[in-house]
Amino acid sequence: MSFFVHTLQRDLLLAFRNRNDIVNPLAFFVIVIALFPLAVSPDASVLSTIAPGIIWVAALLATLLSMDGLFKNDFDDGTLEQVLVSPQSLVLLALGKVFSHWLMSGFLLALLSPLLAVMLFLPTQAILALVSSLLLGTPTLSLIGAIGAGLTVGLRKGGVLISLLVLPLYIPVLIFGAGAVQAGVMGMPIAGYLALLGAIMVFSLMFAPFAVAAALKLSIRN
Amino acid sequence: MKINMPRWFYQLASPKWSYDFMGILLPWFATAALLLLGVGFVWGLVFAPPDYQQGNSYRIIFIHVPSAILAQSCFMLMAVASGIGLVWKMKVAHIVAKSAAPIGASMTIIALATGAIWGKPTWGAWWVWDARLTSMLILLFLYVGIIALYSAFSNKSSGEQAAAILTLVGLVNIPIIKYSVEWWNTLHQPATFTLTKKPAMPPEMWLPLLVMVLGYYCFFAFLLMARTRLELLERENKSSWVIALINEKI
Repeated sequence: MSFFVHTLQRDLLLAFRNRNDIVNPLAFFVIVIALFPLAVSPDASVLSTIAPGIIWVAALLATLLSMDGLFKNDFDDGTLEQVLVSPQSLVLLALGKVFSHWLMSGFLLALLSPLLAVMLFLPTQAILALVSSLLLGTPTLSLIGAIGAGLTVGLRKGGVLISLLVLPLYIPVLIFGAGAVQAGVMGMPIAGYLALLGAIMVFSLMFAPFAVAAALKLSIRN
Repeated sequence: MKINMPRWFYQLASPKWSYDFMGILLPWFATAALLLLGVGFVWGLVFAPPDYQQGNSYRIIFIHVPSAILAQSCFMLMAVASGIGLVWKMKVAHIVAKSAAPIGASMTIIALATGAIWGKPTWGAWWVWDARLTSMLILLFLYVGIIALYSAFSNKSSGEQAAAILTLVGLVNIPIIKYSVEWWNTLHQPATFTLTKKPAMPPEMWLPLLVMVLGYYCFFAFLLMARTRLELLERENKSSWVIALINEKI
């Protein structure tokens, strides 16, 4: 457990020393969303109907964007190899790294999302649904994405490949996440969606770290 | 804990043994596939009665339904083979999974294409975002990802293990994807077309369909074994039995 905390502290410290890595996905998130009114229509009625989908897709892509570098540095400088030969568990390392990744991507995206919701004329009653669905859904995105990151970390051109591997697996989260916001817009109860998002999160929290550890082991041995 | 598997299971781990074993089975499956597909095609496309609503355009189901079934079965087979490959570190199992992937992807494409061709006269649209269509499309994406992962690694056995992990992750996800897509669809557009409820078919229609499905399975087995044998030869090209085999042929 202390190894988990240690990994988390180290990654957060590294991120704060290198703030661009935190800001870039957030800037990407905002820019992608700003493209839609320009491309589709600045009309409030159009934007408010597509806003749940846009925000969720942009959040998904922003998470994916930062996923590529999740294990890259530790793989290149041999840290992962050292952990593998040490008695420490790769599963805890994966968990710590995923958690710090989520704090710097999904969590911040969720905090930023009300601002974008207002810009896209999303009704106020849907904002709670948006923030809570992002808070519950993005951890799953980080967990599943880490599997892809672990599988492709040893490859030179992992960037595009990782989206190819991971995006199909993101679909349930996208459906329930955007569905929750849409239900919020219509004033319908959102608890069912949130429960499903939570269930998927717990499920992937149980299994994904092991898949990540297996993927890392494989990449190191390769 | 020690698990004792039957002897034949361990024998399959030997590339040479597997190669010979599949060589024995291959002609039987090829003959069965030829017979069943021949009978099924003629029966389904010529002799089966036309549908009272759709006329003759329904006949594409004799290709569409078996391909769709195979597309899903193939993923199951890949997942089982990947699991065996990872647990028992069997190279042959990984090679089977690798050989199956393009076949499964092709079956998915055939199912999607024939579905679109059937959909145009029947629904008036090439594509609808129906739950079944969407989950087949996602299945195709999963296949594409797995195939891409195989080719991304320069070391073949690493690529196989990576793809095996991805296949197992995909298998866990398939039911979640299926149910989420179904629920999404029923929420968004309340049943414009009900594909999910099949009309009760008369036996003159489902019997040829059954023959076609069996024929497809035999054809799949034949194709898989042929591809696996080829891959085995390629991978074992330094080993003595392959060299002996080649010398024999020359």
